[in-house]
Amino acid sequence: MTDIIQKVKNLSIGFRSKKGDEILILKNISTNIKKGETVGIVGESGSGKSTLALAMMGYVKHGLYTIGGECQFNSLNLLKMKSKDLEKIRGRKIAMIPQNAGQALTPNLKIGYQIDEALQLHSDLDEKEREKKISELLNKVRLPSPETIALRYPHELSGGQQQRVAVAMALAGTPDLLLLDEPTTGLDVTTQAHVLELLNFIAKDTGTSMVYVSHDLGAIAQVSDRIIVMYSGEIVLEGPSRDILKRPIHPYTHGLLKSIPKLSLAGLPESMPGSQPQPGTIQSGCSFFDRCNFSDDNCKNNSPQLEFLKDLNTSVRCFNYEKLVNESQASQTINKIKNKSQDKEILNLSEVSISYAKQKLLDQIFNRISDDNPTVKDININIKKGETIALVGESGSGKSTILKSIAGLLRTKDGLIRFDENRNLSSDLKERDPNDLRIIQLIFQNPDESLNPNHTVEEIIAQPLKLYFGLKGEELKKNIIDLLQKVRLGEFYTSRYPRQLSGGEKQRVAVARAFAAKPDIILCDEVTSALDVSVQAAVLNLLQQLKEDFGTTYIFVSHDLAVVRAISDRVAVLYQGRLCEVGPSNDVYKFPSHPYTEVLLGAVLEPDPDIKPKLVAEDIVEERPPEKGCSFQGRCSRIIGDICKKEIPPWQLTDSGNAIRCHIPIKELQKEQF
Amino acid sequence: MLFLIIKRILLGFITLFIVSIITFVGTEVLPGDACTTYLERQAFGEQLEACYRRLGLNVPAYERYVSWALNAIQGDFGYSLSGEMPIKDVLGPRIKNSLVLASAAIFIGIPIALILGIITALWRDKLPDVAISTVTIFAMTIPEFISATLLILIIAIWLEWLPGIVIVPTDVSFLELLPNIILPVVAIAMIMTAHMARMVRSSVIQVMASEYVQMAILKGVPYWKMVFKHVLPNALLPAINVVALTIAWLLGGVVVTEVVFNYPGLGRLVIESISNRDLPTVQALAIILASIYVSINLLADLLTLMLNPRLKTLQIRK
Repeated sequence: MTDIIQKVKNLSIGFRSKKGDEILILKNISTNIKKGETVGIVGESGSGKSTLALAMMGYVKHGLYTIGGECQFNSLNLLKMKSKDLEKIRGRKIAMIPQNAGQALTPNLKIGYQIDEALQLHSDLDEKEREKKISELLNKVRLPSPETIALRYPHELSGGQQQRVAVAMALAGTPDLLLLDEPTTGLDVTTQAHVLELLNFIAKDTGTSMVYVSHDLGAIAQVSDRIIVMYSGEIVLEGPSRDILKRPIHPYTHGLLKSIPKLSLAGLPESMPGSQPQPGTIQSGCSFFDRCNFSDDNCKNNSPQLEFLKDLNTSVRCFNYEKLVNESQASQTINKIKNKSQDKEILNLSEVSISYAKQKLLDQIFNRISDDNPTVKDININIKKGETIALVGESGSGKSTILKSIAGLLRTKDGLIRFDENRNLSSDLKERDPNDLRIIQLIFQNPDESLNPNHTVEEIIAQPLKLYFGLKGEELKKNIIDLLQKVRLGEFYTSRYPRQLSGGEKQRVAVARAFAAKPDIILCDEVTSALDVSVQAAVLNLLQQLKEDFGTTYIFVSHDLAVVRAISDRVAVLYQGRLCEVGPSNDVYKFPSHPYTEVLLGAVLEPDPDIKPKLVAEDIVEERPPEKGCSFQGRCSRIIGDICKKEIPPWQLTDSGNAIRCHIPIKELQKEQF
Repeated sequence: MLFLIIKRILLGFITLFIVSIITFVGTEVLPGDACTTYLERQAFGEQLEACYRRLGLNVPAYERYVSWALNAIQGDFGYSLSGEMPIKDVLGPRIKNSLVLASAAIFIGIPIALILGIITALWRDKLPDVAISTVTIFAMTIPEFISATLLILIIAIWLEWLPGIVIVPTDVSFLELLPNIILPVVAIAMIMTAHMARMVRSSVIQVMASEYVQMAILKGVPYWKMVFKHVLPNALLPAINVVALTIAWLLGGVVVTEVVFNYPGLGRLVIESISNRDLPTVQALAIILASIYVSINLLADLLTLMLNPRLKTLQIRK
């Protein structure tokens, strides 16, 4: 077990800037990967974690080059090897499982061929044996009917299936070391938990060493024996995973763990100030200095070295780690949300159905929508003024569709959307007057795409002010600066372009733009999922603060149950466009639950090695909602018979006012789930 | 799939129908008509009436359109004014000559473009790329009437290797035509090849940067196997439509080049019949050029559809 399989020695990788300066992406990295162990490399985007993983295969991306150091595999330096020799190691000794299998599988080649290619290259099997082996591999990654899957093209599989194929492809060469680059990031929560469980099984089964790269401490906690924390191209903390997660002695890791919303704790987590510095901007001192709560003058001027602490079996890059040794991580401070929602109803959805079906010519002429089995059906929700209601579910659950309908981007098939009890908003944008448009604003998932790259921050925020309030000149300027200050951005941001801002700053601009319209309702579509964990908490806190100041109502869409738990007053769980459960968030997160909520809750990954996900149902992907009966019948593990397939389940109320749509009586659900 | 093909073909016919109406209406609203042009100063009274009767211009426009269209479908475009011979007899050899010219340019140009595009992409930013890219950018920017004139000056006048202009009867045999077409083919192919090579280059570069190519490298696939299995099939697919557009664009290039070289093809006929106000011939040419355009694009669409597994299965599922 102590054999070292991969040795990274003083590795520095960087690029040359336009001015000719050498800019480092990786700064003097040294670490060892032992046989049979799983090492998690965690860090935010831009921390250099993927570059490090790729270097372990002797691969340096176009535009980057090795400045110094080596990556030794079996005492061969991969970074100096000829590509001919590397071809014999890649796939055979070291294999990669990519982040986005959907894009990492060649679109014009069948699944079977792509696995066969690896077998041809890295084994001596003849055609018959290879065919058998392909089936075996597909079986091993638990794909149904391997023979037919092998004949499919990548785009014909779901995201989870594609990821499994990528795992099978990596296993084809029976590698000694598996590199996993964010292998579950693009997947749904339930699928993610299943894939992780599979990876754990494979690690045990084959004894392969794994390097697991991720930004998600929750996923890292589930798989790794040892954790390396990277920040700004450096290793800042390295040690056994339990110690790192339970007692993080580097201020960055400490803050990071505190800023992750947890399922077990309601309320907003503490946020970390600032964001990771751009490569090349740190001249002297500790790269975490700006954001650190424990820093002093020494940190500003001198760079700390990675120091190995024998009694803790941990390496840390910090002058003041001792301050943290005694502080336990459990002291997560949570800002309890003050529930200020009033009884006044602000938005009412009754019997809303939405369809994406392509309309026949006749229907187009009569301007009607006909679809027996619409994507979203029978949605009934009352939203009170000042409350935050969250819509949760996996991809395809219809949560974003509902949001689009409320915003007017999509018209409803049936049902009514009413604002303030009397204004009908069931129509789409064309039929809404400017005031109807103003009262509902949207914040999108990805600020890179929702902010016009050719407009300055000032122009972006000015637009709603001009459009809805006709502001000009001094007054306009004053309002813009006001708004910027509200989202904690200074006046000097006005002349910047979105590309000059970090992800968190961009999302703040998007928030400012939404608030510029003085809306009554803000629709938040996965607003934090494109952000780094340490920035996410800050944006959530900002949204909460603004809500308290303005009394705005939020409709919050997310797939992340922990985030939803942190910010929302009420939660609606959706499956295949049908409501499963609606209730106060405290109660939705407690049993008894709808069987689907139970599946979702079980799949959440906590950054704690002691809390394992519970896999209740299969992660099948259903293309369409069932024609009749319960929407969750296809995946439900608690199905009680024909009634689930034939009749739409009734709404049942729990004692705390939580509504569950299931045929199983509440009492029995409660008995079984505890 | 079959339904889709039929739909595309139908759409092609609708396009042609609309083009025919536009050209018909266009020639109709222009001041003057075939008879006034033909008779020039005698275009009045008895003579004009007789001409109208002879050409059938005395019936309402829509009736003329219907009879013209019905005949055109059967390949009969009526009579040319200038030569007073059936247009189809005028067109026949011209079409043949232009086809020889265009297809020679295409058959030489496409392989060269593919090879150059792939080389420049694989050796991106290295010497082969820099050298070839510089040349292709030059070739792209020089319009064909200038490159054609320069070719004549250098090859035909200074070096005296090949004839500078084509002086042959319209219905000459292919072998006699051959030495005459070399220069026009080069002039046409140059700009087209450069265009396509650039397109292929950027398409290959894009695919080379994709995650699946990175994955193939990390899987240990040898370089050339990766290029032929993982890169080219995916890179050349989008290039098909670009090639089709370039070929369609070539029709315009052919017109200019044919005039410069005095080549007896469709292009020169277009210019001649426009300056002679030979409206029936112009109409016929418009329809023919439009059908070539439509059918090339149709062909490219179908080819992409057949080669792209993604589109293919999508259509079947629907």
